[in-house]
Amino acid sequence: MELVCPAGNLPSLKAAVDNGADAVYTGFRDDTNARHFAGLNFTAGKLADGIRYAKGKGKRVFIAMNTYPRPDGIARFEEAVDQAAALGVDALICADIGVLDYAARRQPKLNLHLSVQGSATNYEALRYYHEHFGIRRAVLPRVLSMAQIEHVIEQSPVEIEVFGFGSLCVMVEGRCILSSYATGRSPNTYGACSPASHVEWIETDTGLDTRLGGVLIQRHAKGENVGYPTLCKGTYRTDGRTYHAIEDPVSLNAMALLPQLAAAGVAAVKIEGRQRSPVYVKQVTRVWREALDAFARDPEHFAPQAEWTAELAKVSEGAQTTLGPYHRPWQ
Amino acid sequence: MTASPAPRLSVGAIPYYWPKQQVDDFYAMVADSPADIVYLGETICAKRNQVRFEDWLDIAARLTAAGKEVVLSTLALLEAESELKRLRAICGQEDYLVEANDLGAVQLLRGKPFAVGHSVNVYNHRTLELLAADGCRRWVLPVELTRETLAAMQRQRPAGMETEVFAYGRLPLAYSARCFTARARDLPKDDCRDACLEDPDGMVVDTQDDNRFLALNGIQTQSARTMNLLPALDDLRALDVDILRVSPQSQYTGEVLALFHKVRAGELAPAAAGEALAALMPTGPCDGYWRGAAGMDALAVA
Repeated sequence: MELVCPAGNLPSLKAAVDNGADAVYTGFRDDTNARHFAGLNFTAGKLADGIRYAKGKGKRVFIAMNTYPRPDGIARFEEAVDQAAALGVDALICADIGVLDYAARRQPKLNLHLSVQGSATNYEALRYYHEHFGIRRAVLPRVLSMAQIEHVIEQSPVEIEVFGFGSLCVMVEGRCILSSYATGRSPNTYGACSPASHVEWIETDTGLDTRLGGVLIQRHAKGENVGYPTLCKGTYRTDGRTYHAIEDPVSLNAMALLPQLAAAGVAAVKIEGRQRSPVYVKQVTRVWREALDAFARDPEHFAPQAEWTAELAKVSEGAQTTLGPYHRPWQ
Repeated sequence: MTASPAPRLSVGAIPYYWPKQQVDDFYAMVADSPADIVYLGETICAKRNQVRFEDWLDIAARLTAAGKEVVLSTLALLEAESELKRLRAICGQEDYLVEANDLGAVQLLRGKPFAVGHSVNVYNHRTLELLAADGCRRWVLPVELTRETLAAMQRQRPAGMETEVFAYGRLPLAYSARCFTARARDLPKDDCRDACLEDPDGMVVDTQDDNRFLALNGIQTQSARTMNLLPALDDLRALDVDILRVSPQSQYTGEVLALFHKVRAGELAPAAAGEALAALMPTGPCDGYWRGAAGMDALAVA
């Protein structure tokens, strides 16, 4: 199973390569990708440096171009596709079928992956992308159970990559516009969810309120740990009950499921977090490399070691992890 | 029968889970309404089984007899093989146009005429051209896109393609593997006991400072506010929008359709209708997406 790790800048890319990533995924420094954050991502020059570094060590570099251009953005996306081809990336990860079509026709040598933002949750959708654009791999949205993943892989015309670790979208990626409902900016159009430009941290008599686009997301008591106000992880009220009505602030960690993922035929496991620090990339990559190697050596007796879990918990959102959609209680 | 004044009016698929009797009553009302097009079927959750495929076909026949164009709609989130099986039955019938709400449905419909709903990401004209080449002849503007984006797409839309805009209703904002209604009632999803039958317009989520923010509808999250683009009718006409969609709510959909019709017939000013419509909404209006702002914003001058 290939280990695909995130890099938001050159130090992260090097950290991923040096600590055991098989492939690193990146993005250009603009709204063509779903981690469009200030100071993050690569100019063409920096990406060329990164690709040289990774290839020198026998590793692959992917570039995510996984937002949805509106008509006035198409020329920019086409330029970005051509640039990615010129740089010699090992795969282009796209969502929009207009972009996929351009890449398939104009840059036929480019290896195309379907982004998680393409929302393909069933093999009929995968067939659509494969038959039209010749995609070779698809990243599945974080909504399918293990049994459903197995079934998709049995019927899929392309290899399948799944998320193994990191922040957890509870919604089908590519089909969630909660962020633009509150701020006008969404992952699809702008490349960011719950953008920092719309966050407010407001001290109150009792503690701290966090707001997004003016909407109260979280009310913290004095001294309480303050998390980033991601819309779907907020505390709300329904029927007089106050709770995380959509999702708890937890991270995905599917390491315990490595044997099942391997048995299902998963081709690659992806680590979320292009927006995270090089230290995060280093720690998570190193632990997952150890786990994958341990599994390869002795698949029968694989179990996550306590120190791996502890190490990963340190960098997890809310310091809590879950098996997410892969296990039964979610289904 | 004389043709309706443009644009045509459609009734979107019922997004909620209603008892069969309520569904039958609803479509009896729609049959007598000024609606031109009716989308039928379950689009949210395959576990909702009060109305079965054969029942939908009966309703479709009654609406067709009443002069409506019927379109069969499909699930937005397709995961299980059982869901694909039902999808194949819908896509395989020859009597009605099908609305694809996922590219999996588009794959099954390739080569014959079909429509795509708002959960298929059509963000540019290139995407629309590709769908047209496969047989798509009607698309619904994704709800987060603006008037300016629609204008750009209309300038380059493929020949024969009809454009529909979600003009009234709680906005579809997200889909999940999890059922938030079951979660709110502390029930597991696979033993949900049809919890969403209790919320005929979804379950409102308030922020801790009492802002009615979202509405939970099973695996779907909607806006609590109701999108209303009727005040923008002149713009919609200028952009050659063919169809305005009204999304069902448990009460007053007939009144909403009547107001839309009065305005398109020139019997009522759009602004006056805005006020009347606001009184029929469960939480109040919004139109920010259309105007390039946050979706929840209400910017039209009533």
